[in-house]
Amino acid sequence: MNFDFSEDLNVLRDQARRFLDDRCPPAAVRNVLEGDLPFDQPLWEAIAELGWPAAAIPEEYGGIGLGHEALCVLAEEVGRALAPIPYSSSVYLAAEAILLHGSEAQRQHFLPQLASGARIGTFALAEGPGNPAGEAITARYGNGALSGEKWPVPDGSIADVGLVAARDEAGSIVICIVDLKGPGVTRTTLETLDPSRDQAQLRFDSAPAECLGSGPVSWGEVEHLLDRAAVPLAFEQLGGASVCLEMATAYARERHAFGRPIGSFQAIKHKLADMFVANELARSNAYYGAWALASNAVELPLAASAARLSAIKAFEYASRENIQTHGGMGFTWDMDCHLFYRRAKLLSGALGSSSYWQERLVSHWESC
Amino acid sequence: MDFNDTPEEATFRAEVRRFLEAHATRKKAGEPAQKVRYLEGPEALGKAKAWQAVKADAGFVGITWDTRWGGRGGTAIQQVIYDQEEAHFDLPKGYFEIGLGMCIPTLIAYAAPEQCERYVRPAMRGDEIWCQLFSEPSAGSDVAGLQTRAERDGDDWVVNGQKIWTSGAHLADYGLLLARTDPAVPKHAGLTAFFLDMRSPGVEVRRIKQIAGSAQFNEVFFTDVRIPDAQRLGAVGAGWQVALTTLMNERLAVGSAPGPDSEDILRLARLATMDGQPAIRNAAVRARLADWYVQTEGLRYTRFRTMTKLSRGQAPGPEASIGKIVSATKLQEIASFGIDLLGMAGIVMDPRLAPMEAWFQHAMLYAPGSRIAGGTDEILRNIVAERVLGLPPDVRVDKAAPFNQLPRG
Repeated sequence: MNFDFSEDLNVLRDQARRFLDDRCPPAAVRNVLEGDLPFDQPLWEAIAELGWPAAAIPEEYGGIGLGHEALCVLAEEVGRALAPIPYSSSVYLAAEAILLHGSEAQRQHFLPQLASGARIGTFALAEGPGNPAGEAITARYGNGALSGEKWPVPDGSIADVGLVAARDEAGSIVICIVDLKGPGVTRTTLETLDPSRDQAQLRFDSAPAECLGSGPVSWGEVEHLLDRAAVPLAFEQLGGASVCLEMATAYARERHAFGRPIGSFQAIKHKLADMFVANELARSNAYYGAWALASNAVELPLAASAARLSAIKAFEYASRENIQTHGGMGFTWDMDCHLFYRRAKLLSGALGSSSYWQERLVSHWESC
Repeated sequence: MDFNDTPEEATFRAEVRRFLEAHATRKKAGEPAQKVRYLEGPEALGKAKAWQAVKADAGFVGITWDTRWGGRGGTAIQQVIYDQEEAHFDLPKGYFEIGLGMCIPTLIAYAAPEQCERYVRPAMRGDEIWCQLFSEPSAGSDVAGLQTRAERDGDDWVVNGQKIWTSGAHLADYGLLLARTDPAVPKHAGLTAFFLDMRSPGVEVRRIKQIAGSAQFNEVFFTDVRIPDAQRLGAVGAGWQVALTTLMNERLAVGSAPGPDSEDILRLARLATMDGQPAIRNAAVRARLADWYVQTEGLRYTRFRTMTKLSRGQAPGPEASIGKIVSATKLQEIASFGIDLLGMAGIVMDPRLAPMEAWFQHAMLYAPGSRIAGGTDEILRNIVAERVLGLPPDVRVDKAAPFNQLPRG
């Protein structure tokens, strides 16, 4: 039984944590949250320099081939730091889509660019309210051109390469590659719950596009992409939830009321114990997800759904109760609690909210 | 990451499997994971004792214990492997866990070598049953507040008082007793541990009928019971340290609460009908099922994380403490939801009519006990908060004051 990360990956985690503690303190997150910049470009360039976007991309496509366990380790650190960078969009989604469905030429062309961080990718699925569903895809692709509207698209204002779910002339689902800086693309940055991460509305008017790979993909293949992204995303959520518990614990030890530290009251103790329990369940489910992802296991749909649901629950709970533990201070703009509260809800909705993953989980469980 | 045994672990697992296949019956697929009633009747006890002797003689009891006392001298991971394999077999349970999980490890830690020589082996083989005499009517979660007195008289101690919630006392041959030897000092400092013959004059056991209708635990009354000083464990006044040894072993011994789990509620949701179709088709039912799946699997992989640490020769991490907090409440909720799935007939316990041998109904009745026994939900949360998260202890009015000056009630 070896249900833990290797020593090498623990070293990678320590290095990543030290690096982000230094380069991505809460002030860096606030810079994006409060400012006009859609992301922290110097930070993105620095992590690209360290090879993080290349972690899980095979060496033949310009990656460093550390594998998906390494990706999960890095994702947890990105999540802890609330790093305002398009890591999930470019790495968990765009690169994975090209790797799985791209032609050899497309892989050779795009993956080295994404691996080096020189270009940023994203995956555009949603067309307004609703969870992932094949029927909801109405964007049209034909004769090398894409038309339709997608929102919200994560990192849509800053991405260079768009992977866009659309329908071809026969009505089948295709994933198109579009140059988002090219003609026929109109981008509008959206106001969202969490302005530390970019979201956009994209309009395509006969934008030049090519189909990923040899043609249509099944809806099941699109869901497989979501499964693969759900695992590292769960690690991001787990990272955020862990920090919330650390913040709340530290505060409960130093803050005094009624002549004693508030952490000595059982009402606070039990709340924090519940946060710990939720976080440990999320960690265990996420580890299993990492195993399933890294080993291409048939259990991936179940493992990813459980990791995702457990992580949604843990991060939402921890971020809420962290504010509650901080009392009035926790409700202020200047305390960092709200940064986590916002991010928790942002990540809960990304890739579909709980009800989508509950259904995905049970439908696979039933067929076991 | 992988789920494979090391070569040594694989060898041990194979040995365990050979033993179990040769001596026990594999559970049938689709049967409740554990039978509702195992603890009743002399026939059940006889079967349990017979199995225990076979298991002990084959070297699978006391896997981590010293070979001097008949243990295997093995590792914690071997114990986990044995438990995993045994779980696939239909075997009697419930008589020896307290003795072997808590009392005997305490004896090994504190008793004289000739006492270990005398008592360990018979307990391992199920020839002698042990019980743990800690809780009292006014000392449950606050067990250090116990009032049973032991007073020195020559070479003996004379014990008077009352214990309660003593599982298996009606069957026990020996008991591990925590008593107050000095009421004039603060409460933790006035306790001493002993073991005694449960047939000593002055010991009276009365069974307590539980919510679920069975009577597995008891009140135990002590009236001028004499215990030789040679049966004292640890120093006079050091009983709390001895008790902590026992309770630490309990933490490892107490796993998930047994009963219907997520796979079982899935099965019931397929059987039950709602709005003219299987209940499993209902979205609200599916959402609940998903929640329980996530909890069940989360606990399973938490155990794997602990096993990984044990396999590397490390101590279990803080994650090991969440098992009972999660599983006891989950059991109560699954049982209640299973009953709800049957609508107006959910209350029926007649095994001819109630699906799955009325397992959910039985579980609803015994589930409250899981949330109390071996540390209540509330005490376990305190332990996580203080020992794992390092939060400051509650302000205590009883820690420094002499025990006999504390308010009671």
